[in-house]
Amino acid sequence: MKNTIKINSIKELTKAIGDQIQKRKSEKKSVLTVSAGTCGQARGSLGVIKALKKEIKKENLGDKVKVKISGCHGFCEAEPNIIIHPQDIFYQKVQPQDAEDITSQTILNDKIIDRLLFSDPVSGRAVQNEKKIPFYKKQKRIILGDNALIDPTDINDYFSIGGYNSLIKILSKMTPEDVIETVIKSGLRGRGGAGFPTGKKWEFTRKAKGGIKYIICNADEGDPGAYMDRSLLEGNPHRVLEGMLIGAYAIGAEEGYIYVRDEYPLAVEHISLAISQAEKLGLLGKKILGTNFNFQIHINKGAGAFVCGEETALIASIEGKMGEPRQRPPFPALKGLWRKPTNINNVETWGNIPLIIENGADWFAKIGTKGSKGTKIFSLVGKINNTGLVEVPMGLTLREIIFDVGGGIPEDKEFKAVQTGGPSGGCIPKELLDLPIDFESLTEAGSIMGSGGMIVMDENTCMVDVAKYFLNFLRDESCGKCLSCREGTQRMWEIVTDISEGKGSKGEIEFLTDLAESVKDSSLCGLGQTAANPVLSTIRYFRDEYEAHVKEKKCPAGVCKELIQYLIIEENCTGCLACLKVCPQEAISGELKKVHVLDQSKCIKCGACYEACNFDAIKIE
Amino acid sequence: MEAETQKVKSFISKYNKEKRALISILQDIQAEYNYLPQEALRLVSESLGIPLIDIVGVVTFYRAFSLEPRGKHIVTVCLGTACHVRGGPKILEEFERRLNIEAGGTTEDGEFSLETVACLGCCAIGPVVVVDSDYYAQTTIRKVNSILKKYSKKEN
Amino acid sequence: MINLKINNLDVKAEEGWTILETAKFYGLEIPTLCYNEGLSPYGGCRLCLVEKGEGPNAKLVSSCTYPAEEGLIVHTDTERVVKTRRMMIELMLSLAPNSKVIQDLASKFGVKQVRFKIRNEECILCGLCVRMCKEQMDGRAIGFQNRGYKRKISTPFDIRSEECRLCGGCIYICPACQLRCQGPQADTAVCNACLTMDPTCLDHYDELQCWMYDAGRCGTCIRETPKKKSDSKKQASKSKPKEKHA
Repeated sequence: MKNTIKINSIKELTKAIGDQIQKRKSEKKSVLTVSAGTCGQARGSLGVIKALKKEIKKENLGDKVKVKISGCHGFCEAEPNIIIHPQDIFYQKVQPQDAEDITSQTILNDKIIDRLLFSDPVSGRAVQNEKKIPFYKKQKRIILGDNALIDPTDINDYFSIGGYNSLIKILSKMTPEDVIETVIKSGLRGRGGAGFPTGKKWEFTRKAKGGIKYIICNADEGDPGAYMDRSLLEGNPHRVLEGMLIGAYAIGAEEGYIYVRDEYPLAVEHISLAISQAEKLGLLGKKILGTNFNFQIHINKGAGAFVCGEETALIASIEGKMGEPRQRPPFPALKGLWRKPTNINNVETWGNIPLIIENGADWFAKIGTKGSKGTKIFSLVGKINNTGLVEVPMGLTLREIIFDVGGGIPEDKEFKAVQTGGPSGGCIPKELLDLPIDFESLTEAGSIMGSGGMIVMDENTCMVDVAKYFLNFLRDESCGKCLSCREGTQRMWEIVTDISEGKGSKGEIEFLTDLAESVKDSSLCGLGQTAANPVLSTIRYFRDEYEAHVKEKKCPAGVCKELIQYLIIEENCTGCLACLKVCPQEAISGELKKVHVLDQSKCIKCGACYEACNFDAIKIE
Repeated sequence: MEAETQKVKSFISKYNKEKRALISILQDIQAEYNYLPQEALRLVSESLGIPLIDIVGVVTFYRAFSLEPRGKHIVTVCLGTACHVRGGPKILEEFERRLNIEAGGTTEDGEFSLETVACLGCCAIGPVVVVDSDYYAQTTIRKVNSILKKYSKKEN
Repeated sequence: MINLKINNLDVKAEEGWTILETAKFYGLEIPTLCYNEGLSPYGGCRLCLVEKGEGPNAKLVSSCTYPAEEGLIVHTDTERVVKTRRMMIELMLSLAPNSKVIQDLASKFGVKQVRFKIRNEECILCGLCVRMCKEQMDGRAIGFQNRGYKRKISTPFDIRSEECRLCGGCIYICPACQLRCQGPQADTAVCNACLTMDPTCLDHYDELQCWMYDAGRCGTCIRETPKKKSDSKKQASKSKPKEKHA
C-alpha cells in the first residue's frame, strides 16, 4: 500500500476518496480481475495470476493491462473466473495454461476465447457479458457486487468505489440519533438468523445505562453450508469495518470486537490487514478524522464451537470462558460483554449499513417485501448446477432461486427438498417451491431464514439420513448445560439412527415427535430450541419416508446402508475390472471382459464401485 | 525445559497477563506445539490466576484444542451439509481405512491425524479435504490414496 | 417491589428475586433438582420450568434463573409444563434409575415408563457437586469438561487433584448419591413404591463408593493414577453390596 500518510480531517479523507475514484475512472489499462477467495485459491487461481503476470511481462504488455486479485465473486461453479474491465468479458474455469491465449488474443487482438465463456445449460449458448449470465440476471448484488471490483488487501481500492463516504456523511451531517432513526426506517433486520430489527437493537443499546458500551461483529458463521460471511470478510473487509464505525458512532461504543471462526484463515488475514491499514490512516483509533469519535477494533478467533454463534455464548468466549449460553433477560443490549451494554450483529448486517447511510432509508425500504426489506445473500449449494453465493431481493420465490438462478438440478434429477437455516432450520418440499423468501414465510413453513444457507437435495437424498446428520451435528455441538438439549439431541439421534438402520418400531415416529417438541420447549438457548426443526420438518413433509424405514425396512432414496444393497446389472457390465480394483473388501470377483460378481456378505456399502463404474452397471436397491 | 517455559511465558505476557485472553493464549501455545502440554497449562493457570479446572474445562470444550500430541500432518475432512450430500462420509471412511485409525485419532507413527470439521465454507467445491493448509476440491474415493501419498513422499 | 402474577395470584417480589424465590416465598411449589439455596442458580436440569406469558408467545423458562419482572404472568402447572416436566424426568431416569430422588419425582409426577435405552451413568450432570466445590468449599477440584453428549464432570486430566481436600461435599450434595433406590429391577427401571434405605454409600457398600468413580467421572477419593482409555468405556457396574436384608 503506497499511501501511509495519516488522514487528519474529513476534508482530507474526502480528497483521498475523490482522488482514488478519479484514478479508477481514468484507468486506461484493461484490468484482469481474478477471483481469489478461499475456493478460488483451492482451484488454482494463484497459479493463474502468476501465469498471467508472467505473460504480461514476457510480451511487454505492462502499459496495456494489469492483473488484480479480488475476493470471491460468488459464482463458485465457475471458479477461478476472470472479469475483464472495461470490456465486461467473463471467463470461467481459467487455468494457468490459458494465460497465453488471454493476453495474446483477448488483450492484444480483442478476440473472445469461446472455450472460456460460460455456456447457459438451458439455451446452450455461450454468454460473454457477466451481467447477461442467467446466474446473475435475477440477482441484485448491492453488497456482493463490489467483491468483483476491488483488491481486498488495498484500502485505496475501497476508496476508489466510494468507500468510507458514509463515514464522512455521519461525522459531518448526522447525529447518532439520526443514524439510528435511518436504520430503523430502512427496516433492516438482522441477517444472522433471528431477524430482529437492527435499528431497534441499536436504540436499546444506546439508551441503556452506562458509559462503556461495546459492539460485536458475529463472524462465527457456524451453519454448515453457509459461507457468505467468509466471502464478505475476504473480499470486502473495509465495508464491514465501515459498518462497525457507523454503528459505534450511533450507539456510543468505543471498542468493537470481531469474532471470526478459526476455520477461516484467509478471512482472518484480510480483516486483520484491513484493520491495520485503517489504523495507519487514522480511520480507527483516537480522535478519528479530528472529531471526538474514538473507536478501535479487536479480533478474537473462535476455537471450533458452533454454539459460539449464539450471542451469549459468543460473549462468554470473548471473556475467555467456555461457550455456555446464559439466560436472557438480561439481554446483551443491557448487560452483555463484561456486563456492559453490547450490540451484536452479523457480518452481512454490518455490510448493509454503509449502503443504507449512503443511499438513504427509503432506497433500502423499496427493495424486498413488506416485512423483510433489502436483499439477502444465500449460499446455494448441494445438488445444484450453479453453486454459488446468490444475492437476491427478499420476496423472490424458491423456484426462481433454484431453477432460474441456480440452473436446476444436475443430471436432470428430481428436486426433492431445500434445506434452509442450517441445523436450526428445516426442509422445504417441492409443493412449497413458490414460497416467496422472507422471514415470516419460511418460519410458517417450519424452517427459518437463518444465515442464508440453502442446501438443495434431489431424489437420491434420504430425509431420514438428513435428520440423522443434523442431530449428530447438534449432539456434538450442544454445550451440554441443559438436560433437554444435551440428552434430547442424543436421544433423538439414537431413535433416528435406529429408524435408519431398520430397527424402528411401531409408535416410534410419534414418540420422536413428542420428544422433539419437548426439546424445543424446554431448552435454554436457540440451539436447543431449534434442534427439533430438522426432525419435525422432515416428519411433517416426508412422513412416508420415515414410515418406509419403520414399516417396510426400506430406504426409498437408496442411502441408509443397512437397508440397501449394491447390485451388479449384468446386461451393462463390460467386465472392465474397474470396480474390482477399488473394492477395499475384495468383495467383487471376475475376469476381464466377463461379467463381475459381487459377494454381498463381504460388501460394506462403501460406494467405491458405484463411483468407479463408467457403464451404469452398478445399482443401489 | 527452561526454554519452553520462557516461550510459554512470552505468549502470556504478549496479552498483558489478562485473564480474558485465555483462549488467545491457548491458541498460540497450540499453534507452537501442535497440542497443549499439561505443564504449559499449569503454567498458564499459575500466571493468570485461573484455577486449572477452569482451564481444562475451556480446553476440552473447544474442538480446536488437543491435549494429546497430534500427527505431523493433519487431514481434515469436511462433513458440512453440502459436502455430506455430495458424499463426504464415504470419503472419511476411505481415509479411516487407509490410515487405519478412526476420526479424531492419530496414526501410531505420529505421521497423520484424521479430523473432521462441520464446515469450511467451501461448499461449492465439495467434498473438501484439507491437509495442513492445502485444500483439495471435489475429492473422490479414488483420490484419497494419491492425496495421502503426497505427504508420505515428502518425508522420503 | 415488583408486581407479577403466579397461577393467577397477585404476588410481590423483592428486587433481584427470581420467579422460583418468589414462588417459594408464597409457598407455591415448583419442583427442582439442580437448585440449592446456598449455591448460585444453574438452570441445567430444566425441572423448574414454568410457562411465562400467555397466548402464542408463551415460553417455558427455568424459574430458578429467570428474574421476577414487573407485569410478568407465570403459570407453574399448565399442560405444556407438565408434559415437558415428565419428559425431563424420563430422560433423567434413563441416566440414573438408581437414584431415589429421581424415582420419587417420577412417582410424584406420574412418569410410568422409560422409553429410552437405560444408560446407568448415575450422573445427570446437574452440576451441584461442581458448584459445591467451587462456591461453598473453595476447592476448585472438579469441573465440567467436554461438551454435548460427551460432557462429563472430572478432575483436571482425570487424575487425583492437588486441590481436593477430601471434604466429601460433592458426595453429600449429589442427588444420585444421596439416596440409593433398591427397588427397581433392570427391565422396569421405574419404581412406583420405593423402599426406604440408609442415606449414605458407606453404610451400604463394602468400600467407600461414590458412583462418580465407576462412571469414570471423578477419581478424587480413590485413584492416584490416570484411568486407561479402555476403562472409561466400560459400563458402570455396581460393586458388591453388603448382604441385604429385604
